[in-house]
Amino acid sequence: MFESPGISYATLWPVLLVLAVACAGVVVEAFAPRAARFNTQVSLALAGLVAALAGTVAVGAGSALGASTGEGALVIDGPGVFSQGLVLLVSLGGVALFAERRLDNGVSAFAGQAAALPGTSAERTASQRGLEHTEVYPLMMFAVGGMMLFCISGDLLMLFVALEVLSLPLYLLTGLARRRRLLSQEAALKYFLLGAFSSGIFLYGLALVYGFAGSMSLADIGEVAAEEGSGPLLLLGIGLMAVGLLFKTGAVPFHSWTPDVYQGAPTPVTAWMSAATKIAAFAAMLRLFYVAFGAEGDIWRPAIGVVAVLTMLLGASFAIVQTDVKRMLGYSAVAHTGFLLTGLLGVQTDAFGSTQAVLFYLTAYGFATLGAFAIVSLVRGPNGEVGSLDRWAGLGRTNPWVAATFAVFLLSMAGLPLTAGFIGKWGVFAAALGAGQWPVVVVAIGSSIIAIFFYVRVIMLMFFTDPRDDAATVSTPSYATTVVISLSALATVLLGVIPGPVLSLLVDAGGFIG
Amino acid sequence: MTLLVLVPFAGALITAVMPARPKLWAFGFAIATLVVGLVTMFTAPDTDLVWMEPLGVHWALEMDGFGKLMVLLTVALVPITMVAAVKDHDKRWYAWALALEAFALLTFLAADLFVFYIAFEATLIPAYFMIGQHGGPHRAKAALKFLMFQLGGGLVLLGALIGFFVVSSDAGSPSYLISDLAQLDIGTTAQRWIFVAMFIAFAVKAPLFPVHTWLADTTEQATTPTSVLLVCVLDKIGTFGMIRLCLGLVPEASAWATPVVVVLALISIVYGAVLAIGQDDLLRLIGLTSLSHFGLITLGIFAATREGLVGAILYMVNHGVATAAMFLIAGFLITRKGTASISSMRGLEKATPVLAGTFLVAGLATAGLPGLSQFVSEIMVLISAFDYHWLVGVVAVTAIVLAAIYVLWAYQRIFTGPAQLSRRPVHDLDRREVGVLVPLLVALLFFGFVPGPLISAAQPVVAPLVDVIQAGE
Repeated sequence: MFESPGISYATLWPVLLVLAVACAGVVVEAFAPRAARFNTQVSLALAGLVAALAGTVAVGAGSALGASTGEGALVIDGPGVFSQGLVLLVSLGGVALFAERRLDNGVSAFAGQAAALPGTSAERTASQRGLEHTEVYPLMMFAVGGMMLFCISGDLLMLFVALEVLSLPLYLLTGLARRRRLLSQEAALKYFLLGAFSSGIFLYGLALVYGFAGSMSLADIGEVAAEEGSGPLLLLGIGLMAVGLLFKTGAVPFHSWTPDVYQGAPTPVTAWMSAATKIAAFAAMLRLFYVAFGAEGDIWRPAIGVVAVLTMLLGASFAIVQTDVKRMLGYSAVAHTGFLLTGLLGVQTDAFGSTQAVLFYLTAYGFATLGAFAIVSLVRGPNGEVGSLDRWAGLGRTNPWVAATFAVFLLSMAGLPLTAGFIGKWGVFAAALGAGQWPVVVVAIGSSIIAIFFYVRVIMLMFFTDPRDDAATVSTPSYATTVVISLSALATVLLGVIPGPVLSLLVDAGGFIG
Repeated sequence: MTLLVLVPFAGALITAVMPARPKLWAFGFAIATLVVGLVTMFTAPDTDLVWMEPLGVHWALEMDGFGKLMVLLTVALVPITMVAAVKDHDKRWYAWALALEAFALLTFLAADLFVFYIAFEATLIPAYFMIGQHGGPHRAKAALKFLMFQLGGGLVLLGALIGFFVVSSDAGSPSYLISDLAQLDIGTTAQRWIFVAMFIAFAVKAPLFPVHTWLADTTEQATTPTSVLLVCVLDKIGTFGMIRLCLGLVPEASAWATPVVVVLALISIVYGAVLAIGQDDLLRLIGLTSLSHFGLITLGIFAATREGLVGAILYMVNHGVATAAMFLIAGFLITRKGTASISSMRGLEKATPVLAGTFLVAGLATAGLPGLSQFVSEIMVLISAFDYHWLVGVVAVTAIVLAAIYVLWAYQRIFTGPAQLSRRPVHDLDRREVGVLVPLLVALLFFGFVPGPLISAAQPVVAPLVDVIQAGE
């Protein structure tokens, strides 16, 4: 007979709440009058995220930690809940950036009417009437829900469903930029097509792994693999699933969408997506590789090592030649994926091991990238945001505070001491070196040197170069954006100076469980 | 002891936001740091607090004789350069100078490798802005080159730092205390890798051939007070690290690498001096003389005899004082002439006798004239070089000859000969400038005749190091 699985609502309600808020957002969109939609959607999203964050903290502190629910489909363990909390924190910042309407004469960064073709009268009408898409909030909430599920998925099917739930809204959000719409739509199409392919490959791999183990549960797969040893089915499955996840994180050779999407998407979306997607994808990847494929470490570690090496070197090298700040940060995101993959090569330990290292890196990177893109959205010219780095010259003289804050984020990404990025980098390198992966660490150190060059060059441009005639200016944002930037900068510095509490929290959170 | 780091750091923040008379505030903080430094040198107990528990990092500070000398050099040079800098530097420079002082002091005090590393890297940010915001027309490029070299070295050091963590966690609970790391039993291969990583980092910092190329570009483009802080304080961290960390933590690997290091040091000594002779830019010249001097210091360190190490430590202090004087005098000269090109100056002796005299004294100190402080340290290093191998000694001794050439020839070209006809009369040093130089020159003379206090401060640090190395052989 068929028995319904027991579900522990006490531990799952934060996820369910986020998804419920997303559904409520759709209803609001349908029934609330246009004038009230913006405020309703923003407050709904913020309230939902805050409540979910509180719930996640409660779950993390509670006794339910370490249990699985829904017949093992969802695993509530320390690292999973930590990454959920991180996704929620970053998403709170994301909502604040989405709601920014002061920068562009009272309208948001999203297209007035997405269906209107670029350059047509319909588009002009939409922008004259001040239309805006408030659907972005429910879309974002769906994605956040998917990310939270992705962090705690304990079986293959849930992993796939969560992946799709988080991906589809991202494709849409990418195409909704108000300015430079063709670029945005092209990015969305590219992201969608490649993403759909990678999902297909992921699904194929998933089916092969199921064929090998006869079970969807990651823990069961791990057991079967440990008992029976690996077979061609399993290896092929691991490879194909890895492709799907490596695509999401933007690892070489599956990175080509990253710079285009980062550049084309509305900047608030880029800010939020670059941080949140990476957190969720790496949380899932850590769980998949440690729990299900832990026994095959000797086989996937060298392969991931090669990918990590390529990702770091190519990401850092291509970032050097970029002239657009968003593309540069896009390639830098690729390089960071490489550093994170370096951390993945380590092993889980009770003390400070690779899980802790990767999660700390994600925390550091999440805040730095959120803040950095938020600042990118402030630097504007007559035609909206200024991406061209040449026009950023001299920003340190005209707007010392904004430039200094941006420098803090860049220095953290470069991994200088007294910023969070340094502890993050230290951690992933230590994890990999502890596992004897010194060749990858050597390359990682080399790529860090390359990476520092382009971060420092931007600082040099801002502070030591004279402004051009058409130099960008900094618009005054609303309080929400200011708060996001300040808090991100504060977190970046604090995590660098006193990382102790977060490190201890991570160590106490323990490893992934099956 | 934490106070010694906090005072200049707080001073940097306050100077940065102070609307009125920021330079005076900065100077006040530099003097306060000097006072705190002198007081802590004799009274303050060591500090040891847990900072990041999972990583085994402690906020641990201590000051031995070596540390005291370096702290003394730092806290004394900063206020002097501040007075020298007052005319052509704005408050940003003063704030960065105090930040630099705070982090430099932290490296000299750190009893925890992680803290040392953080301070080591953190010094680069103020240094970068000091070079980039004041100086010659190509200063941004020079700042970038400086930073890339230093950060590159720093990242290599990060490899060593992580290596220590891995070894230390394998041996039990991780700890970054230098005293704990010294107890570790590290395998030969791991020890050699760690040594190579640390040595590369410190060789970039010091600098040594072949990673010295940033030095001359930086001193050429930076203003002279910046150069003083870079070459006389910051670069000392490189040789400081060689003694404290290379010899202190991985003595066997240090002994293993000595032949290579000695060759690099000899190349630096001769090459730096020969390049210095050929320079037309006075600031490049002084920068390259330092390459030669750092070669001698490194030689003294790795010859690893008692005289050699004591001599190297003394050399670090004396070189700091003498080169600071050289840079500042050159700076005063350049403000008068508007150029650093030696060939466009001549016959200044008559117009500026005091300037010429101080230049000669500082220059001869650099060249190791007996009676001036650098002589003592140079002789000790050379003795140890002969102990190591007579051939090494012979090559190293050429440093004295070459130094005499670059100093005296530069003096001859700048100050002697017929005076230039100029519409703008050249004034001699004013009272502020003399005031800047007097303490430096007095120190050069005093320690030339009374090197005892310095030697007795360095002796106890050196003895255990030499014992360990000789036991290893």
